Amino acid sequence: MADKSSSNAYWKANIRTIQLFLVIWFVASFGFGILLRPMLAGISIGGTDLGFWFAQQGAALVFLVLIFAYAWRMNKLDREHGVEE
Amino acid sequence: MDQFTLNLLVVGATFALYIGIAIWARAGSTSEFYAAGRGVHPVLNGMATGADWMSAASFISMAGIIAFSGYDASTYLMGWTGGYVLLAMLVAPYLRKFGKFTVPEFIGDRFYSQAARNVAVICLIVASITYVIGQMTGVGVAFSRFLEVDNTTGLFIGAAIVFMYAVLGGMKGITYTQVAQYVVLIIAYTIPAIFISLQLTGNPVPALGLFSNDVNTGAPILATLNDTIEALGFKSYTGQHDSTLNMFLFTMTLMIGTAGLPHVIVRFFTVPTVADARSSAGWALVFISLLYLTAPAVGAMARLNLINTFYPNGVEQPAVELSQIETAPQNLWVRNWEKTGLLTFDDKNGDGRIEYNANNDTNELNVNRDIITLANPEIANLPGWVIALVAAGGLAAALSTAAGLLMAISSAVSHDLIKSQINPGISEKGELLAARISMAVAIAVATYLGLNPPGFAAQTVALAFGLAASSIFPALMMGIFSKKINNVGAVSGMLVGLVTTLVYIFLHKGWFFIASTASFSDADPMLLSIKSTSFGAVGALLNFITAYVVTGMTKEAPEDIQELVESIRIPKGSGAATDH
Repeated sequence: MADKSSSNAYWKANIRTIQLFLVIWFVASFGFGILLRPMLAGISIGGTDLGFWFAQQGAALVFLVLIFAYAWRMNKLDREHGVEE
Repeated sequence: MDQFTLNLLVVGATFALYIGIAIWARAGSTSEFYAAGRGVHPVLNGMATGADWMSAASFISMAGIIAFSGYDASTYLMGWTGGYVLLAMLVAPYLRKFGKFTVPEFIGDRFYSQAARNVAVICLIVASITYVIGQMTGVGVAFSRFLEVDNTTGLFIGAAIVFMYAVLGGMKGITYTQVAQYVVLIIAYTIPAIFISLQLTGNPVPALGLFSNDVNTGAPILATLNDTIEALGFKSYTGQHDSTLNMFLFTMTLMIGTAGLPHVIVRFFTVPTVADARSSAGWALVFISLLYLTAPAVGAMARLNLINTFYPNGVEQPAVELSQIETAPQNLWVRNWEKTGLLTFDDKNGDGRIEYNANNDTNELNVNRDIITLANPEIANLPGWVIALVAAGGLAAALSTAAGLLMAISSAVSHDLIKSQINPGISEKGELLAARISMAVAIAVATYLGLNPPGFAAQTVALAFGLAASSIFPALMMGIFSKKINNVGAVSGMLVGLVTTLVYIFLHKGWFFIASTASFSDADPMLLSIKSTSFGAVGALLNFITAYVVTGMTKEAPEDIQELVESIRIPKGSGAATDH
C-alpha cells in the first residue's frame, strides 16, 4: 500500500482532472447543444447551425476524446504516484 | 424467395450463432457466472457493453423519435453517450477496485448496512423491470412485423424467446454472445443507412449525409426537410420546441442514469484491471457512437422518405391515391405494417387519397414511431435481405439488453437477498433456481405491462434511467467521493430519490403504469413543464440533499469504512475478486 500522503496527492490530482474534464463535458453538451445554441446560431452548417451539430453529433465526439484522455492521464498519474497495479 | 421466408432464415441463422456461442462459453464457476472470471479484454468488453447498452430503445425506437421530434430528440443522443464520461471518471474504476459482484453489494458494504443493500436491491429491481418493459415493447414490434402477426401476439412470442434465451447462461456466455450481437446489430443498422444516404444525398457516410445537399433539390437535406414538414403544418425539424429546462433535465437524467444502471456497471467488473475499466468505458462509447452518429441521419432521412411515400409528387401536389396504397408495389410496406396495427390509415373525407399532415381533423395516417427504424429499408425499397437483416438487428439489440437486465435482477435476488440473508446455506442449485424464478417473474410482469406500455420503447426506457439516476447514482457517488456519508444518510437519500421520482412518474403515467389512474399529462405547466421522463435529475438532487442533511445530524461513517473508501480510490492491489 502506498503511503498516505502520496495517495492523498494522487486523489487530489484525480479530482482536479475530473473537475476540468467535467467542465468540458458540460460545455460541449449542455452548453453548445442546448443553453448556448442561440449564440451559435450565426455559424451555419449543412442547412442548420453549429448548436444542432453539437447536440446531434459533436457532443458524442467530444465525449469520446474525453474518456480516452482521462484514461491516458490517469495511467500516467498512477505511475507517478506509484499506485498502479 | 418471399420476404417472410427470408426473414425467418436470417433471424434463425443469427439465433443459431448466439446459441452456439453461449454453449461454447458456458459458465463453469460462480465467478464466471457473475463476472466472466474477470478475463475479458477491454475492447471485447467494450463491444459487449455496446450490445448490452444499445437496446430496443436505441436500435428500434430512437431514430423514430428523432424523425418526429428533430432537434428536441437530441437529448437522447447526448444523454445516452454523455453518461459514459461519468461512468469512466466517477464510477467504473472504483467499483472495479472494490472487486465484488453486484452493485447492491458495494452499497451494502460501503454503508455498512443490510438495509442499504436491500434498498439498493429494490431500486435496482424497479429500474430494471421498467427497462425490460421498454424492451418488450420493442421485441413486440419486431416480432409482429417479421412473423406477420398482430402486435400482442408478437409480444408474447418475444417474451417466450427472451425467457429461453436469458436462462441459458451466465455472464461469460452473455459476454461473448453480446460481442456477436453487437456485430449483427451494427451491420444491420449501418447498411440500410448507407443505402438511404446514397439515395438522398450521394454521400455514403450517413453521419455526413445529414449535413449534405439533397440530390433532388440541391439544397441541404435538413433545409429541404424543414420546408417539407412545415408545408404540412408540422413544427420545424431543426428548431427547438421543447422547453430549455425540460431538455436540460432530461439530458442530465439520461446521463446520470447511465452511470447508475447496475446492468451497465457490472460490465466493468469483468475486466482484469482498474486501468482497463477506464479504457473499457471509452471502447464501449466508440462502439456505441458508431450507431449514435448514424441515428440522427436515419431519423431525418426516414421522415423525408415517409412523406415522399404519401406525397410522391411533392407536398404542394395532392396526396397519394388510396388505390395506390392498396396495390402499388412500392407501397407494400404500408400494407405490411398495417397488419401489425402499428400503422393505420383511414380516408376520412372520402376523396380517395390518404393525407398526412399536422391537423388532427384532416390527417388520415397514424404511424407508431417505434416502426420507423424497422420499416426504414422497406420505405426506401431496399433489397429483401436488408429488411431481414434489420429485423435480426432489432432482435439482437432487444435480446442482448433484456438478457443483461434479467441477469442483474436475478443476481440481486439470488445473491444479494437470498444467499446473503434469507438462506445463507442455500445450495448452488437452489441459488440458480431462485435466479431463474426471479427472471421468469420479471418477464411476466414486464410482458403484462408491455401490453399497454407507458410510452414508445425509448420513452419507457428513459423512465428506467430516471429511476436509476435518482436512487443508485447518488449513493455510488457519495460512497466513493465522500468518506463521511453514513448508513442512515445513504438509505434515506436513496428512499427519497426513488419514491419522489416513482410518484412523479406514476402521477403522469398512472399508478403502476395503469394509464387510467394518471392525474397529470406530460409537460404540465403547473409542474414547470417538467416531463415524467426528466424528473430523475431532480430526484437525484433530493437524494444528495437528504443524505447530506441526515448525515449531518447523525454520526459520520466509522474509521474502518473511511479506510475502505480510501482503498477503493487507488488502483493498487485490486487483484482478483474476493469471493463472498
